[in-house]
Amino acid sequence: MSAAGPLLNAADLHVWIEGSHILQGVSFAVPDRGVTALLGRNGVGKTTTVKALLGLVPRTGRVDFGDVETTALPTHAIVTMGIGYVPEDRGVFSALTVAENLRLAERRPGKPRYELVHELFPELRERADQPAGTLSGGQQQMLAIGRALLNDNRLLIVDEPTKGLAPRIVGEVADAVARAAEQVPVLLVEQNLSLVRRVAERVVVLDAGRVIHTGPALALLDDPDRVRELLGVSRAAATTAGKATAPSSTGTTMTASTPDTTPASGATGTAGPDTPASEAEGRRTA
Amino acid sequence: MSTVILLVVTGFGLGALYFLIASGLSLIFGLMDVLNFAHGAFLAIGAYGTWWAANFLPGAGPDGLGFLLAVTFGVAAGTLAATLVELCVIRPLYGRHREQILATVGLSLAVPALIQAVWGADPLTFPKPELVSGTVSLLDVHIPRDRFLLILAAVAVFTVLWLFNSRTRYGLIVRAGVQDRAMVTALGIDVRRSFTLVFAIGGAAAALAGSLGGLYFGVVTPTQGLSLLVFAFIVVVIGGTTSLTGCAIASVAVGLIQQFANYYTVAGLGDIAVVIVLALVLLTRQGGLTSKKSAERVA
Repeated sequence: MSAAGPLLNAADLHVWIEGSHILQGVSFAVPDRGVTALLGRNGVGKTTTVKALLGLVPRTGRVDFGDVETTALPTHAIVTMGIGYVPEDRGVFSALTVAENLRLAERRPGKPRYELVHELFPELRERADQPAGTLSGGQQQMLAIGRALLNDNRLLIVDEPTKGLAPRIVGEVADAVARAAEQVPVLLVEQNLSLVRRVAERVVVLDAGRVIHTGPALALLDDPDRVRELLGVSRAAATTAGKATAPSSTGTTMTASTPDTTPASGATGTAGPDTPASEAEGRRTA
Repeated sequence: MSTVILLVVTGFGLGALYFLIASGLSLIFGLMDVLNFAHGAFLAIGAYGTWWAANFLPGAGPDGLGFLLAVTFGVAAGTLAATLVELCVIRPLYGRHREQILATVGLSLAVPALIQAVWGADPLTFPKPELVSGTVSLLDVHIPRDRFLLILAAVAVFTVLWLFNSRTRYGLIVRAGVQDRAMVTALGIDVRRSFTLVFAIGGAAAALAGSLGGLYFGVVTPTQGLSLLVFAFIVVVIGGTTSLTGCAIASVAVGLIQQFANYYTVAGLGDIAVVIVLALVLLTRQGGLTSKKSAERVA
């Protein structure tokens, strides 16, 4: 934590979707520098947490960004306070061209940082007139990240940027996230533990709609047993995560195959009796 | 041959009228996901606003620039009504489709009733400027001049909407919003402002349809908007709910089918023919004629 206090603070966030209690009192802070990784198995509420922070889903609780409480603000007002958002599904507008996607993200006042975006992703300049729907998955991810970097934001929220990408592209995206993190604090939702190891300084682990662990990233990733316990990955994968030095889309990725919701010992919270939250999100929002 | 030419031009004229109404409906449904049954009310307000201004507004009149001023007044009245409806009725009901339908259906009934209470249920003779009175002889066919005015107006509205969609930031927001409204807000854009603007534009087009519909039919009635709205909805469904180009194509198709069917079969069968076409489109291409051309939507 910085001496000035967290950049973003979420307190006791609850989200209900179609009767299911998806977030059950999520509380955590994002400091004003470095990368904070939000971890957890599929369906535990990571994406819903991000959407709750941005006001994209109805929620109760409290969210502060800087010294402003944003709980009652609409999404656009929260974002214009200085948040760049890269959603899980990339959120590119397929019928618009690459240039139009970027132009849409321009925020006034302020000078859009096209030089930075084109330096990071030269392909976006070359494909400026191409409809975004015809880009590959990796190119769409570059566009989504480039769009978030276009403005001079105070925080980037990046939701699973390497999901579904080829290993070669994962490296490029990881480079972009690392580069972005040099300039702006990042809240990174990620299942690729190698990427988390490379870029994240802190981790927040969710399970069944609750925060079950917070702390330094390496302290968790260097402990395979703890990784296995909190994130439900196999022991081999957990060990690999502890040793891996380069991001990879295989091996260290938390998988959705873990059927149970293992309560974490020593956690700051445990799954409540209406644990179907994780299942419900898996069906609806994950 | 002369009959065919006459039917084609009058069909285009009727299609132009449908387009003026349906383009606004399409924009509003495409971006805002609102089935606006009150759209016919904006048409009626435009028609009666124009009629009232032509008769009573100082400076306005039934001919020349006076009529132009009267049409401007009618369109402004329709635009204002649409803006107020969006701000006061639709905005609190976003995402609540059942309530939206109830509210807009209520308005579609209340506005004609209000008009009827003020000006009566009888048709009022609409002023017709000399410029668009009478007929034009084309290949020995006498075609009413007002049909050409309708076609010109529709082309102008199509061009303006196309420029709005393709060249302005608001158009960009509309095109993006049609695909993913939540993501547009997540980019820091207040979509509600665009909603109000789109609703106002739709209202303006409907009010213009009301003014020019008065020329087409020669009279205005409180329920004129309601009956035209039915065909506008059919046009929107056939053309694809988010495609301006599809809307234009469907408008012309519906206008032509009605005219030809009514002339060559039995009067009134044109309406049935249009409904049959609607059923065929729904059975074969549920997204409308332009359903596969996503890149062209709202463009």
